[in-house]
Amino acid sequence: MSFRRPSILPGFGLTLGYTLVYLTAIVLLPVALLILRSSSLGLDGLWAIATEPRVLAALRISFGMSLAAAGINVVFGAIIAWVLARYEFPGRRLLDAVVDLPFALPTAVAGIALASLYAPSGWIGGPLSTLGWRIAYTPLGIGVALIFIGLPFIVRTVQPVIEELDADVEEASATLGATRAQTLLRVILPSLVPALLTGFALAFARGVGEYGSVIFLAGNLPYVSEIAPLLIVVKLEQFDYASATAIATLMLIVSFFILLVINLIQSWSRRRFGYV
Amino acid sequence: MQIRVVDIVKQFDPRAKGPVLDQINLNVVGGELLALLGPSGSGKTTLLRIIAGLDQPTGGKVFFGEEDASGLRVQERRVGFVFQNYALFKHLTLEENIAFGLTVRDRATRPPKAEIRRRALELLDLVQLSGLGKRYPAQLSGGQRQRVALARALAVEPRVLLLDEPFGALDAKVRRDLRLWLRELHDRTGHTTLFVTHDQDEALELADRVAVLSQGRIEQIGSPDEIYDHPATAFVHGFIGESSALRVNAREGRLFIGDRPLSIPLREERPGWGRLFIRPQDVVIGEKGLSETGRPPIEAEVLSLWRSGPTRRAELALAGEAGRIEIDAPVATPLTPGEKVPLHFKRGTFYLETPAA
Repeated sequence: MSFRRPSILPGFGLTLGYTLVYLTAIVLLPVALLILRSSSLGLDGLWAIATEPRVLAALRISFGMSLAAAGINVVFGAIIAWVLARYEFPGRRLLDAVVDLPFALPTAVAGIALASLYAPSGWIGGPLSTLGWRIAYTPLGIGVALIFIGLPFIVRTVQPVIEELDADVEEASATLGATRAQTLLRVILPSLVPALLTGFALAFARGVGEYGSVIFLAGNLPYVSEIAPLLIVVKLEQFDYASATAIATLMLIVSFFILLVINLIQSWSRRRFGYV
Repeated sequence: MQIRVVDIVKQFDPRAKGPVLDQINLNVVGGELLALLGPSGSGKTTLLRIIAGLDQPTGGKVFFGEEDASGLRVQERRVGFVFQNYALFKHLTLEENIAFGLTVRDRATRPPKAEIRRRALELLDLVQLSGLGKRYPAQLSGGQRQRVALARALAVEPRVLLLDEPFGALDAKVRRDLRLWLRELHDRTGHTTLFVTHDQDEALELADRVAVLSQGRIEQIGSPDEIYDHPATAFVHGFIGESSALRVNAREGRLFIGDRPLSIPLREERPGWGRLFIRPQDVVIGEKGLSETGRPPIEAEVLSLWRSGPTRRAELALAGEAGRIEIDAPVATPLTPGEKVPLHFKRGTFYLETPAA
């Protein structure tokens, strides 16, 4: 193999072979099957399903809410990561562990807990409903669930990068006359961008695929608060396998392109700055 | 611009036994290049950071010229600070790095864009990196990065330049080149410069004056010649250049190793035990069996021999409690370990041990 480079560690062939087999079995095969199944519809059939108003609405809600939730998480997740990485305070370790809870909690449990909190009779939903705001059983509920699910992705990708930041660089900025805010915006934030992008991509991908927690909190009204994964389940329950796989394929394509763009931005910044 | 440090005290931890800096007074003359030299933990970097405003002293004041800078924040002090690890902004090009200090100014004092760019390019020329303005720091070698850091510090027209171990992370060859280059640059720009180093060669070669620090105190301030030839304290003598310390006794206005008197003159008359510092080149191996005083010479046993540059070094053990000494042994003189040779001491400096109060 001409692209094989000499290395002190043996096993290039073995590890590459293993990687290919593993990726094929775990990722590529199911995806290929999905595409194969939906291809029985033909392009026209796929297009017909893709342009169905209910499907379009579901895709819009799924991707729109995932992007919005990931965006909100980038801001607040970065702040949480900053606090956890930069400050010493009592209970920091505990708070650090709490961040991981959305990873560990079964999503249905999270959904039920959130629903009872945000329902008009819940602790948060109650006061909000007197103000005329409703979160549970509306598209906003989807957002709340996705924010909950996506938070650890941002915090966990950004926190180590903040911990690694050079104090020297901030001090250099200060000696050059930059205010605290200028240092934050022009020195610290740019060096966090790659990590924030990674976190955003992970949170977004997770949000698009999220099902369990959302269906308890969203009203699941077609055209209003029905997410694409739910629509797939609905189609499956109606034994409409072709439509289900078609929607899944559409989700796959859109997700792939969004993640590809994020990856390209990252590799561009890595080439430019020589670091991740 | 002159820097004046008055009675600076720094205590990090009140429970620690001594302060990090203990009543430091230092005057850096305008246009001077002064080195703060000391072993790690001597407080030299802390002092530099206090002058820059990056650390706050427990007590004392810092003056830039006549202005009391003690109350000024880092941003207001207008110092150029260069860090050991460059601390460049990785996401900015060299040009943007150098221009940073100008672009963060508020509207009223910020030069126009074209002027900022012109200044950045000018500084790139000054640090001999013309044409690399569009590169990123990751694409440069260590020596180049440190020159960019210096250009960035100069861009804000600092009142003083403070360099914290600027060449500490570079290899020996690059260090030497940069040292000469920095000296030239200093002579050209004339900034009052204070730099911290633990490398005595660097300090002696580069600086107009050297301040030797140990345990939070300034042991001696002087020109490189003064520091090397007339060390004020035992610490400075031990720290600067190579020397061996022998335990000797002063009495009747003379120095004695055991019962043998030495011909080295004493600076003070007080008797007592102390340490005699001798540089390797200040000892010669005498002729066997002969002595100017007619008494048997001071003998030492050769312990080991090794090559050191153009000459050869020998470690010898003196009889009694005097200790061991390292001397230059001419390659022409045959020596074998275990052999006893007479020593003649040409020069040395004696420091009386102050009895523990």
